[in-house]
Amino acid sequence: MSTDVLNATFAALADPTRRAILARLAEGEATVTELAAPFAMTQPAVSKHLRVLEHADLISRRRDAQRRPCRLEAAPLRAAMNWLADYRDFWEESYQRLDTLLAELEPHGPASSGGRTA
Amino acid sequence: MPDGLAVTAASGTELVLTRAFTASRAVVFDAFTRPELLRRWYGARGWRLVICEVDLRPGGAWQFVSHGPDGAEMGQSGIYHEVDAPGLLVQTERHDGWEAGEALVTTVFEEHGGRTVMTATVRYPSREIRDSVLRSPMERGAGEAYDRLATILRETTAKGEPQ
Repeated sequence: MSTDVLNATFAALADPTRRAILARLAEGEATVTELAAPFAMTQPAVSKHLRVLEHADLISRRRDAQRRPCRLEAAPLRAAMNWLADYRDFWEESYQRLDTLLAELEPHGPASSGGRTA
Repeated sequence: MPDGLAVTAASGTELVLTRAFTASRAVVFDAFTRPELLRRWYGARGWRLVICEVDLRPGGAWQFVSHGPDGAEMGQSGIYHEVDAPGLLVQTERHDGWEAGEALVTTVFEEHGGRTVMTATVRYPSREIRDSVLRSPMERGAGEAYDRLATILRETTAKGEPQ
């Protein structure tokens, strides 16, 4: 059961539009109309993304007269990001060693390695 | 965009790793495929390669054995499906301890303006294996993070359920 929730979180975060929506909501509540404005998308298309985010508990919506503003639920997002960040940090060290090795293999940078296109 | 490694959990069973290097892709490709070079960099924190065998051709096998903290040992192996130097590698990957299945790893190297961007898309055989990979080889730190996440997600779900 919690695996499903976890997967819903990652599936929700995999889409760039949904990440942009979350970034916007990090600044404060917004309605569907407000959220649709910066994207070249229809309101129904944005609503579809919002349903995915809502299902993953990354946002919540409340009734406020005619408005139905969305708000970010930060805890699961922060936790999921920390989880990926831990994985990233462990592997980033490996790539930093590779940076050092590459600098040694190609001391004057990629331009000097020949292979000029004709 | 920061210069370091970017990790995205795409779909239920995938991870996408992206990293830029200041080198031509021919050199980066070599670093990813030549054992004498791999030995010098490959391995997450605290881990280093002790065995590295690469038969770089379609159908060829690869095998890595790494030593980690407290005498831990980890084996990885697989078969190359596609080898198109210096732009593309498609290979299977299996870890010791995976009961069934293997991951399919597609690595693309693109050179732009003197930099090479590596994008590795790893498709795991199951969500459980992907999630275990995210936890390992950093058992302690990330294991705790994983537990923390599971707890927070459970609480969030419980809170969101109808009364």
